Amino acid sequence: MQRAIDYLARTLALIRKELLALLKDPSSRTLLFAPAVLQALLFGYGATYDLTHVPYAVLDQSRGAASTDLLARLDGTGVFKRVATLTTSSQIAEMIDGGDALLVIGIPSDFEARLASGRQAPLQVILDGRNSSTAGSASGYVSSIVASYNQSLGNTSSITVVRRAWFNPNLESRWNMMPALIASLSMLQTLLLAALSVAREREQGTFDQLLVTPFTPLQILIGKALPSILLGLVQSTIIFLIILFWFQIPMNGSVWLLYLGLFMFTVAAVGIGLSISAVSLTMQQAMLYTFILVMPLMLLSGLLTPVRNMPAILQLATYVNPLRFGIDLVRRVYLEGAGFGDVAFDFVPLLIVAALTLPLAAWLFRHRLN
Amino acid sequence: MNGAEITVSVEALRKTFEAPDGGAVAAVDGISMTVRAGELTALVGPDGAGKTTLMRMIAGLLKIDAGSLRVLGLDVAADPQSVQDRISYMPQRFGLYEDLSVQENLDLYADLHGVPQQERRDRFARMLEMTDMARFTERPAGKLSGGMKQKLGLACTLVRSPDLLLLDEPSVGVDPLSRRDLWKIVQQLVDEEHLSVIVSTAYMDEAERCAQVFVMNRGRLLAEGAPETLRTRAQGLTFTATPSEGMPARELQARLIDAPDRIIDAVPSGGSVRFIRQPETDDARLRDLLHDAPIEPRPEELEDAFMMLLRQEEAEVATALTDQPASEPASAQADQDKPVIVVRDLVRKFGDFTAVASTSFDVARGEIFGLLGPNGAGKTTTFRMLCGLLPATSGHLEVAGLNLRTARAAARGRIGYVSQKFALYGNLSVRENLEFFGGAYGLRGKRLKTRVAASLEQFGLDPSAQSGILPAGYKQRLAMATGLIHQPDILFLDEPTSGIDPLARRAFWRTITALAGGGVTIIITTHFMEEAEYCDRIAIQDAGRVLALGTPRDVRQQAGDAGVMDMNSAFIAIVEQGRAKHDAKEAAA
Amino acid sequence: MSASGFATRLIALTRKETRQMLRDRSNLIVGLLLPVVLILLFGYGLSFDVKDARVTVVLEDSSPTARNAVAGMRGSPYLAPAWATSMAEAEQMIRAGQTDAILRVPGDFSRRLAAGDAQLQLLLNGVDSNTAATIEGYVSGALAIPAQQQADRAGNKPSGVASVVVVQRMWFNEAGESTWYLVPGLVVLVMTLIGAFLTSLLVAREWERGTLESLFVTPVRPLELVLAKLAPYIVIGAIDLAMCLLAARYLFDVPMRGSLWVIILASLLYLMVSLGLGLFISATTRNQFAASQMALLTSFMPAMMLSGFVFDLRNVPVVIQVVSKVLPATHFMGLIKTLFMAGDYWPDILRDCAILALYAVVLIAATRRSLKKKLD
Repeated sequence: MQRAIDYLARTLALIRKELLALLKDPSSRTLLFAPAVLQALLFGYGATYDLTHVPYAVLDQSRGAASTDLLARLDGTGVFKRVATLTTSSQIAEMIDGGDALLVIGIPSDFEARLASGRQAPLQVILDGRNSSTAGSASGYVSSIVASYNQSLGNTSSITVVRRAWFNPNLESRWNMMPALIASLSMLQTLLLAALSVAREREQGTFDQLLVTPFTPLQILIGKALPSILLGLVQSTIIFLIILFWFQIPMNGSVWLLYLGLFMFTVAAVGIGLSISAVSLTMQQAMLYTFILVMPLMLLSGLLTPVRNMPAILQLATYVNPLRFGIDLVRRVYLEGAGFGDVAFDFVPLLIVAALTLPLAAWLFRHRLN
Repeated sequence: MNGAEITVSVEALRKTFEAPDGGAVAAVDGISMTVRAGELTALVGPDGAGKTTLMRMIAGLLKIDAGSLRVLGLDVAADPQSVQDRISYMPQRFGLYEDLSVQENLDLYADLHGVPQQERRDRFARMLEMTDMARFTERPAGKLSGGMKQKLGLACTLVRSPDLLLLDEPSVGVDPLSRRDLWKIVQQLVDEEHLSVIVSTAYMDEAERCAQVFVMNRGRLLAEGAPETLRTRAQGLTFTATPSEGMPARELQARLIDAPDRIIDAVPSGGSVRFIRQPETDDARLRDLLHDAPIEPRPEELEDAFMMLLRQEEAEVATALTDQPASEPASAQADQDKPVIVVRDLVRKFGDFTAVASTSFDVARGEIFGLLGPNGAGKTTTFRMLCGLLPATSGHLEVAGLNLRTARAAARGRIGYVSQKFALYGNLSVRENLEFFGGAYGLRGKRLKTRVAASLEQFGLDPSAQSGILPAGYKQRLAMATGLIHQPDILFLDEPTSGIDPLARRAFWRTITALAGGGVTIIITTHFMEEAEYCDRIAIQDAGRVLALGTPRDVRQQAGDAGVMDMNSAFIAIVEQGRAKHDAKEAAA
Repeated sequence: MSASGFATRLIALTRKETRQMLRDRSNLIVGLLLPVVLILLFGYGLSFDVKDARVTVVLEDSSPTARNAVAGMRGSPYLAPAWATSMAEAEQMIRAGQTDAILRVPGDFSRRLAAGDAQLQLLLNGVDSNTAATIEGYVSGALAIPAQQQADRAGNKPSGVASVVVVQRMWFNEAGESTWYLVPGLVVLVMTLIGAFLTSLLVAREWERGTLESLFVTPVRPLELVLAKLAPYIVIGAIDLAMCLLAARYLFDVPMRGSLWVIILASLLYLMVSLGLGLFISATTRNQFAASQMALLTSFMPAMMLSGFVFDLRNVPVVIQVVSKVLPATHFMGLIKTLFMAGDYWPDILRDCAILALYAVVLIAATRRSLKKKLD
């Protein structure tokens, strides 16, 4: 009993020291938390696939009531903003090339006449494909407006498709992006924090000082890992709160499950970070290895594009990426309200990564020779 | 050249820095001085005297807050580049590019100084010969030993003959052999090329070589003059005391230095104790202190004058470190005579390089054991193996009856370790550092509190000061305090006095001798050979082999003319004999 | 000081920087290997193009009419339809993440179709909103196929019902492949990377190791230091650029409609900006850790998220637009996409190149100033 208390007290001394060293000066406190807040806000507003502003130009050679009516519907969406009215088709290239208009709508001179005679009237849409996602969305938007216009012509299609989207009724991309940031933004810093923790001590010579004390590798591991995990969770919480209260994205799942998932994810990230740290001799090396690793982790996580769109071999590679499962877990718990049974699979790779990296780091502490 | 004989003239120069607490600290506080051309000039003074700041201002690297500074007849503040074009400057840590080879470093500086190709060849050949580095031109600078790096740094600053050479503590952390080589180069250039040199140093024997010495303290000038004139301040006050048979010199030295009312300074040397008496004290009181140790007058030296000057300045002499046993080792050794450290045939190889070759020695309880040797001799490797930081390739190793590398963690609780460079958490306060290491050794609650309080008092430390920005002497005290927080049986000290001024070193050694008196075993490495005199026994290592092992007196005798030699010369002699023997064996084989 | 002194010193310093760069393996890993990894990951790994979207069809009405109505689902190359017997089963699949959407054919479908107001329900998993929206488009397209075929069978004569038909042409990226705009963006990211990760450490490292103090007390001029540090990394950047261009052309078949020399020129200009920014951060922070953090936060992350790389700047609030306009990466991003897909559009080329040149000059001058050979 006495031994256990002694063991615990010494481990606590190490944890306390780590936290003090990290949080003591105001500048490092700022460096720990300000970027998370700033990035959450910037990306919350900036990282969106939703069309809010589509500048377009019109080349209306028909100038009839039908074309005016159709264009009015377009303007009425609030998304489409007419920036120019063209007179000849030679002006189209200029509008598109310069990026002034995302699309140009061309209405042929016989538009009115064809409609009046009950025939199909072509509506030309020329899109700037330089960002094909945006162009695709804009084109879909135009099509749906045209469809509703057709309906108003009494041309009711016999079948209507009623759409209902679960978990994200308006299909806002911010809803998709922001919960993923809870995992990814905090990972970037947790990884770096853990990676620097041992490397910094090695570089400054304090690690030797630590190794001559009676700490066991397990104690050093706990002392190094817990503070990083704690700070990672605090960062996640900050981003979580911003999403919940600032962006007001409703949380459907259990907070406990969310935090259980985040904890497991952070442990895995810290395990990777500490392994990097134990291998590195200098802070510079640790930073470099971290960055080299972070890039593929981010790209292969499903943060920007879905994992399912990747080629099979890369999809396979994502199985060792804790961020993939961290993001999946957070998204599903947050938006879908998934229960433990639904996301249980996500825990498996996280557990495996943690179970491999943490002991590796602990072993390397004493066996990394210089 | 204008200014004829004067190379640097300083008038009421001031430079203030922002202190950590937001106030201003005057690093150079109204100094006026004139440095003559064509000779060696020394700046001496304790840590924080402002030597480096003054050097950097002369080199045009710092803005001048007040006063005037003319170098080579030019106003430095107005046109630093013209001054920098003509001078050479070697900072405390010369910025060698560690991933470039020796030759590439030399080439870079030669190109930067625009040395013509034909001149370059002769100059390089001469520099490489003088530094004894011709064999290593292809080696990356980062792979050189500390002494070699320093010599290469000097060679880089001397790729051309500058109009003024500035050397900022060139011999910190450098072993006696490299130190001798460094000075040979400088002396030769002064003699042959009438080079003007300003050197700052903590070694008084180096200052003694200079034509002019400026003694600085706390940003002010205390004294100036030729060494011969400065020296006379201590005239008639300097003596040597010989302790009675069987009494270690350091015990007598401890007694003397603990009586600042009668004694200004005392150091062990060659088995006796050199001391300076207070001029006011009377002979009777002095005899009280010396008991029956016979004393003899000795010629005064620059160091004596320096110590006198500083002792007068320092109102509160460093008496904080009293002789109360700092530590009562908890574990009562059942077998007092059994050696605490046993090393048998210890070998350590890195690849095919043998860092430590078949080394054996014992250290008894309560002994002060010194590990000496040139840079790169294998001292640090031996040291790290003893502490359990590095596995031995082969051989037997026992510290307190255990091998620390494989022993249970608890065994490490019985040793204390003070590493070469300041290795504590710089952004934590003094108290936080002590509390952490106390906690690491299993102290907690009331026990931790009393130990921390005791350490703070014993080492005269301010608990709330931030560790990283303490002056060097205080950092060293803190390192000691943390190494001793758990009252270890054995204390390992790796070059603890490197870069520390003589005053602080006296205080440091007083603590060490007190600890040894209390039964703590001390293993220490150092580059100050006179410090070997404090040790009970020393081992001299070179190229991984032990060349000499025994009491300081034995080692001096092994070196040659018994007792005449000072430790520094003895060390150089032994290493050179060792190398000659080794080379002969190589040649024979 | 004579010009020859300048040249000698510049060459000496450049040689030194080059040697240091080549000897530090980590530099080469970040400078050459990481770009290759990024090229492959971006080219192959990142795609917005949904393929084989899993749509579960629930036929509550199993009449031939109903079957015919959803027959188009099988024909779509983008959809991988599956069939479920009950809504409960399908909803369970969506919850378990086994399907992306449910198309429900209600039990009264045939009856209501006859009455002319039949409904199909499309249920989407909105978590991945972008994919969901894409699937919706695919499904409505697929459902239109049978109707289209019917119309065709009826003959291409006036049906008597007037309707507007959208005839759409996507310029520059006819097939709408996301690779086409992700790969040019990659050039921006790789150029940013070199500045952010490599040069941001350069000066800070010399401050930390104390090498600058020795260097300052020589005839070296600050500008020589800056230029010498840039030189080797311009070469690395040029190699990376060549790799990016070759990969774009031959691996990913991205068109290069602008002139090659304009693409190269603009990229090198941006490279100067990126290196200059890295050096400037490095020279002012004097600390490797802070420098790399700063570089990451001020150049790399924004270049990835806020430059219009994947997220269209037209969609973001004004404040973010202003922030993005301040970033040099945004200007280069627009330019390089135009050059790859649209061709030489001179007004853009001239404007963006002028902005980049201005950034380069300002940053290099600022770095020079911050290295003014003083320690305080």
